[in-house]
Amino acid sequence: MSGETILKIDLLNRRDVLRGLGGLLVGFVLPGGRNAEAQRYGAPLPVKPNAYIHIDSDNIVTFVITKVEMGQGTVTSLSQILADELDCDWNCVRTEFAPVDPSSYGPMQGVFGSTSIRTQWMPLRRAGAAARQMLMEAAAQKWSIDVAQVRTEQGFLLANGKSISYGSVAEAAAKLPVPADIQLKDAKDFKLIGTPAKRLDTRDKISGATRFGIDAEVPGMLYATLARCPVFGGKAASYDADKAKAVTGVHEVVRVSNGIAVVADNTWAAMQGRKALSITWDEGPNATLSSAVIRSRMAELAEKPGVAGRTEGDAAGTLARAAKRVEAVYEAPYLAHACMEPLNCTASVRPDGCEIWVSTQMQSGARQAAARITNLDPAHIQVHSMYMGGGFGRRGGTDFISEAVEISQAIGAPVKLTWMREDDIQTGPYRPAAYVKFTGSLDSQGWPEAFVARVVCPSFGGGRGGEELDRTAVEGINDLEYRFPHCAIEFHRADGAVPTSYWRSVGYSQNTFFAECFLDELAAAGGKDPVEVRRRLLAHSPRMFAVLNLVAEKANWGKPAPGRYQGVALVNNLGSFTAEVAEVSLDGGKVKVHRVVCAIDCGQVVNPAIVKQQVEGGIAYGLTAALKGAITIDRGRAQQGNFNTYDMLRISEMPKVDVHIVRSSDAPGGVGEASVPPIAPAIANAIFAATRRPVCRLPIKVSV
Amino acid sequence: MASISLQVNGKAHVINAAPDIPLLWVLRDSLHLTGTKFGCGIAMCGACTVLVDGHPIRSCVTPAATLVGKGITTIEGLSSDVSHPVQRAWLEEDVPQCGYCQSGQILTAVSLLARTAQPTDADIDEALNGNICRCGTYNQIRAAIHRAANLQRQVTEAPVTYEQSGEIA
Repeated sequence: MSGETILKIDLLNRRDVLRGLGGLLVGFVLPGGRNAEAQRYGAPLPVKPNAYIHIDSDNIVTFVITKVEMGQGTVTSLSQILADELDCDWNCVRTEFAPVDPSSYGPMQGVFGSTSIRTQWMPLRRAGAAARQMLMEAAAQKWSIDVAQVRTEQGFLLANGKSISYGSVAEAAAKLPVPADIQLKDAKDFKLIGTPAKRLDTRDKISGATRFGIDAEVPGMLYATLARCPVFGGKAASYDADKAKAVTGVHEVVRVSNGIAVVADNTWAAMQGRKALSITWDEGPNATLSSAVIRSRMAELAEKPGVAGRTEGDAAGTLARAAKRVEAVYEAPYLAHACMEPLNCTASVRPDGCEIWVSTQMQSGARQAAARITNLDPAHIQVHSMYMGGGFGRRGGTDFISEAVEISQAIGAPVKLTWMREDDIQTGPYRPAAYVKFTGSLDSQGWPEAFVARVVCPSFGGGRGGEELDRTAVEGINDLEYRFPHCAIEFHRADGAVPTSYWRSVGYSQNTFFAECFLDELAAAGGKDPVEVRRRLLAHSPRMFAVLNLVAEKANWGKPAPGRYQGVALVNNLGSFTAEVAEVSLDGGKVKVHRVVCAIDCGQVVNPAIVKQQVEGGIAYGLTAALKGAITIDRGRAQQGNFNTYDMLRISEMPKVDVHIVRSSDAPGGVGEASVPPIAPAIANAIFAATRRPVCRLPIKVSV
Repeated sequence: MASISLQVNGKAHVINAAPDIPLLWVLRDSLHLTGTKFGCGIAMCGACTVLVDGHPIRSCVTPAATLVGKGITTIEGLSSDVSHPVQRAWLEEDVPQCGYCQSGQILTAVSLLARTAQPTDADIDEALNGNICRCGTYNQIRAAIHRAANLQRQVTEAPVTYEQSGEIA
């Protein structure tokens, strides 16, 4: 990996960030600006150090983690990278989340796009290695020997039978120049990287000690709920707060941008106060919007030529001449993220500054949101990143942060705003509903020849105008790893009245379902085996080809247990190659997923146990979407409200999952979103194999 | 307002609160025991599960006033040092991802193992079907419960208490 690494020694002046005083602090810069993924998200090149290692005199090593933890394991895996190159004692590692500080950490602190390991892999290795070299140099000077005689072992420096801890020379090391020539470990010498090290956050998560955003407590804090217009784009016309104010424990009712807030002594009183509010809503322009209307608009668009995406060969001519054509329409619904931790934010706005305590995927965005509302200098806004009870893209938004800051500002006191589950399910933003019209053809031997798709989808992140190709909305179809002789992809931007946003695996979450299922339709029309068709289309792609073969072997492809059916699906997203086979049985209309076999090539693995967790977790997340998830719209509002109408996968529905990780020294790929896209099409293709009727809509329903 | 006396993790508390306030909000907002989580408010997700006299209840819909005189155990009260066999099993299996649902999962598992010493996967599915995990740790939960069952059996078969071994905790 290219990219400069600037090291900076910063003794003591970041004591506000770090426990304890003294010791070595090493900062470094990510090479993010030249990274395609970072460019995609618009991150400019960071110019100053953005992470730190701190070594106490008692040899405790504190890593300041800029990539916040939402379950994906960054606290552990990023620490493994640093600790391995630093050669410190894993048992002496502590972690803290970084504050928001663009001058130190770059302008775009956040966790999104499965980028944490991908962007931090090399900078963290260099930082760890540089710190180790400086400690060795300090020991050499102390002992008046050549540094070449010094070696390290688990947080200690050794030479000529002498031994000294990192902590005891950390201050001296911090005064040394940063080495110009940073020596990285050879991969064969890794001690922690590539091992299933235990997660650093487990202990606190099983004792109730972990502080999630919703657990923030600030002296003098009040508790708030917020009533929002149930219709997308509507607002409160008027309200009567008398009954709400009469509820025991309710302090105040205040109007903020997104609705009417009830502030109380505790969350329950705020909930009761909200129920007692009398609000007249101005439902706005979407008052009659329905799923049927949205669908018919998408279907209309799908009949017209769209903006051209990937275009290869002569798809139109091939289709016109084709002996055999296949046409199909595929659809997917809006989906809520449904993080287990309801959205929340604790804010304390004072005249001279603002503090927020929040579980957020976008620390920089949190600070900007607070600055925008308070008109304070961003430097006077302090963001305390808390553990997240799930993120899945939803916590990349800052709406709940803005709301809490507005309420605190209005009442002049610290306040914790908690969303009810119904707020989460009914407010969105959602994974967009999408609609695709496919046309394909087969050659005289029955192999796919032309692949034509017209994708109709609103923009992720909401209503950006223009007719240009939205690459996020077409990802998973426009960038398929398969090479068809003739290919034409088009795009229509659909209506954006319903708020939409990023949802774990984003465009791939629906487009992989569409493409992988239509491919099985083509295979069936040509009388071909689904794995054989994919092998033929992947001859140029050794990594995708290899995971396909691996999953076919491990799943015993073609030989399912009696009464069961197999389906296969693949995805190449965010630097990883993933293949899944689902083994399914049908009992009338009821789908039972017995087993999922997954093969993944995600390049260099930092922690295989965490990779497996992420892969299995992604499959579970995708299973809910495949079998259950749908937000439907009527009279401009979501018809679902809580887990009784928007249910999640339960333990009794969880299949056995076998994960096979390809050994690789390629650059690390993302794993947080790799396994989500293939599960729905793998199940749908298994059902297609059983019934010979394609499953063209999510969530999957089998008609009997 | 009502005065409600509660016994939580072996300690007596007297709370002044609305007579209908669910236990969840007393635990979280009044007693600062934030290990018990809010997830749905309608007893559909299990994040708020606590034990009342050993039985799992959904604290989000259980009025605190109905629990006077009963023994309430939250995740904080299970052990002071994650030494409970179920916690040890959870630690060894590295179950949590985001961790938000795990207090409820663990307490439900504790109750299951008290009733059924060696549960099958079907027993586990039945007992924990009301506890949603959005991160998908279900297979790890199953494995941890089997592991906890074995840990508990070892304890039963080879009882070594502090008194017998002469050590002082």
